[in-house]
Amino acid sequence: MALDTVTTATQNPDTKQPFAELGLKDDEYARIKTILGRRPTSSELAMYSVMWSEHCSYKSSKVHLKQFGEKAVKSDALLVGIGENAGVVDIGQNYAITFKIESHNHPSFIEPYQGAATGVGGIVRDILTMGARPIAVMDPLRFGLADAPDTRRVLPGIVAGIGGYGNCLGLPNIGGEIVFDETYAGNPLVNALCVGVMKHEDIKLATAHGTGNLVVLFGAKTGGDGIGGVSVLASETFNAAKPTKRPSVQVGDPFAEKVLIECCLEIFKADLVIGIQDLGGAGLSCATSELASAGSGGMQINLEKVPLRDPSLSPEEILMSESQERMCAIVAPEKIKHFMAICKKWDVTATVIGEVTSGDRLHITFNGELIVDVPPRTVAHDGPVYNRPIKKPAYVDELAKSIFEVPLPTAPDEVKAAVLKLIASPNIADKSWVTSQYDKYVQGNTVLAQPEDSGLIRIDEETHLGVAVSTDANARWSYLDPYEGAKLALAESCRNIATSGAKPLAVTNCLNFGSPEDPGVMWQFAETVRGLADAALELGLPITGGNVSFYNQTGSVAILPTPVIGVLGVIQDVRKRTPMGIPEADLDLYVIGKYNSNLSGSEWAYLHGEIGNAAPVADLDMEKRLVNFLLDGQPIFESAHDVSNGGLAATLVEAVLKNQVGARVDLNDVANALFSETPGRVLVAIKSSATNEIVNLAGKYQIPIYKIGTTGGSDLEINEAVISIAELSKAHTETFPKLFG
Amino acid sequence: MSFRVGVVTFPGSLDDRDAARAVEMAGGTAVPLFHASDDLKEVQAVVLPGGFSYGDYLRCGAIARFAPIMNSIVTAANHGFPVLGICNGFQVLCESHLLPGALTRNSNLHFLCRDQKLKIENTNTIWTNGFKPGQEILIPLKNGEGSFQCDDETLNMLESQGRVIARYLDFDPNGSRNLIAGISNERGNVVGLMPHPEHAIESLTGPSTDGLTFFTSVLHQLVGR
Repeated sequence: MALDTVTTATQNPDTKQPFAELGLKDDEYARIKTILGRRPTSSELAMYSVMWSEHCSYKSSKVHLKQFGEKAVKSDALLVGIGENAGVVDIGQNYAITFKIESHNHPSFIEPYQGAATGVGGIVRDILTMGARPIAVMDPLRFGLADAPDTRRVLPGIVAGIGGYGNCLGLPNIGGEIVFDETYAGNPLVNALCVGVMKHEDIKLATAHGTGNLVVLFGAKTGGDGIGGVSVLASETFNAAKPTKRPSVQVGDPFAEKVLIECCLEIFKADLVIGIQDLGGAGLSCATSELASAGSGGMQINLEKVPLRDPSLSPEEILMSESQERMCAIVAPEKIKHFMAICKKWDVTATVIGEVTSGDRLHITFNGELIVDVPPRTVAHDGPVYNRPIKKPAYVDELAKSIFEVPLPTAPDEVKAAVLKLIASPNIADKSWVTSQYDKYVQGNTVLAQPEDSGLIRIDEETHLGVAVSTDANARWSYLDPYEGAKLALAESCRNIATSGAKPLAVTNCLNFGSPEDPGVMWQFAETVRGLADAALELGLPITGGNVSFYNQTGSVAILPTPVIGVLGVIQDVRKRTPMGIPEADLDLYVIGKYNSNLSGSEWAYLHGEIGNAAPVADLDMEKRLVNFLLDGQPIFESAHDVSNGGLAATLVEAVLKNQVGARVDLNDVANALFSETPGRVLVAIKSSATNEIVNLAGKYQIPIYKIGTTGGSDLEINEAVISIAELSKAHTETFPKLFG
Repeated sequence: MSFRVGVVTFPGSLDDRDAARAVEMAGGTAVPLFHASDDLKEVQAVVLPGGFSYGDYLRCGAIARFAPIMNSIVTAANHGFPVLGICNGFQVLCESHLLPGALTRNSNLHFLCRDQKLKIENTNTIWTNGFKPGQEILIPLKNGEGSFQCDDETLNMLESQGRVIARYLDFDPNGSRNLIAGISNERGNVVGLMPHPEHAIESLTGPSTDGLTFFTSVLHQLVGR
């Protein structure tokens, strides 16, 4: 095929172009023509199509997401905010932390291993790009029903992919979630979070400054994998009638990424880059246009210089390829020799592919012929913005009026059977089958990891400074009330951080939804964003960035609205963290926080085929006081564990099983007390000598506390129901190996 | 003068900084050694750390054995120089023929990370002399290819010469022959161990501090010289 140059495009304005196949709408195509004053070349069309995709341009979400900026609290801790590759937060002692979650949902359904693996790879490069050393990952996952045949294809592949890639990078996996619900059957969610650390002065940005500075592409060679990953794959609903999208999935090489990490960190240390951007979704199209758009000048790229794995690739394919493990840096000419020497040391291929120019255009040539001539901002930042129709779905009010009933056990043997049933259910069961496939020890700084309430990493071995990270979502509450659901998810994530002994500092998010073209889904989304923005404001926490994944929908079945909220916390002395497991006998057990009987959205209701009728209303003022209670009371807590999914029953069992120390509790209205998931509660164990202190704390922070029992023995005794630790352990741990081998 | 222990970094090494931390915590000085150089920098012992050297897309350790640093290490090891290979390092030692046998995929074909009980079987090596005979220890195990395999003749030789230095206890994590977790060469200066002692050196970040004894053992031996 002849090269479609700018000259050809001008001379042949009526050539038919496959814009619809590339995911562009009629009006979007018309708009590109208006911007350029002519039809785009096929290379330009390729660039606009990937960069204006839902995945890259946030065109349906932008109008809502701006609330995160508008409502934000002024925070001195926020060093880099929304808009860069990842937000950066000051944690003191001149350390800065960057963290972010991204989705890799669609690729992981098509090709579970590679989809999940490259999801880890992508988020790690985002963190690296900020100038940070990646120090931990977490993976919130959602699947269809645990015993569905396709879940047995998807789950083991995704878990192996996350482990295969993350383990090979040397990043401890410190937490995450695994939740099953039938709405995820055709749309499993693979969200990947990465945390990185750097010194304040090491922060890097994605920008191209200084005429004559060089554009260097380094890392893996470019191949034909992942072409159209963001546009064709992540920005459309799945449709069984259409051809397979497997070729659009990227293929990962974790070894290449590991050496790229070490190479980049050495380059950063020597202060050799002006700006840097990773190549992820939309590949070179994204990196060149974003660097140029954020910079002060233009950019000239010689596309034929890009090292190729497959020499038959066309310029359009080179621009759209999402081959992994690649980075693009802006380097001053006098530093290029040193830069190249470091790349050579790590056997990383590096090529100068262009330079920063004095103009305001992004020019791309192929063997001397001009094939792209665009204002970079129109590609990278000024994409289309949609104000999609919003309509509250009828189900919300219908459910709110409905009455639901679930069995409530009362007799001791009924209570025992109910507890064993709950803890063996896939959503509550022990997840070691999954987490033991992840390395949690590498780097030697992991203080807490799954199944603890939050992952906790030591940052400084001398001062004992550390950070905690937690991710949470309760999609059933979000389905019943997306506004409250988002607030509750943020509150829970903060509570998890404080339960481990750290102070919540900043928020990130990954918003997973169905099709934005469905007004009901768009309502769920709008309400979620409003809830999250309001909650962050009320809790006084900055939102540092986030990710939106739409089109998690097969046909007319959308996933439950799933806003995964990540919170970062700081702990001054990691040695003082509070673990979840009851450490010894003869401690007093308390539930901290107000209790209301409420089974709506609970695991117990779900086990009986009910979703409930109304989500709890988040009491953020109380949640704030609870966080302070937990931080203040930390010295007297021997253990602490959040009450959430599965209610107090699950919390008690997990606290007992961790160190195999039993407990005896007395509960009124036993079934509701065990299975209600009333938010804002934590189970703590204290020495009886600390009774006065906990009572004083309760008064100081106006938080109700309930003494429910004591620790010790080899059983969990709930009123007259006696369940041995052996029985609990068997029920809790057998489920996953039985399901997945 | 403090005692210098080299820690080798191959491309893809992951636990090199952890091994260095363990050396320092045991009282030694950790000296970074890079795969591309054959300079041992006057160290008195070497640790080959865990990881995925060169990605381990071929047999684990099969490429690392050809690194320039390995030439120097093999030569020195054959003259009694102390070498500890952990996980990937153990695989490299087998590929380099400093130790017999091979590490193959775990019997259940999954990567496995767990706190593993071990029984120390031989306390006469440079790396295990600080343990009590038969001592039970708890240290992390984390690998995808940790199943130790060899022919019957080699197995008999290893057992009869007391060269099995540690065995898995209570749980068979990977299908290793005779539950072997670690072995030594005939002289006892080269030890390969699948579990990770460098991740059990402080109670804050590991399941125990049992791993530290591997590193203090070699230092005591060196002090005694």
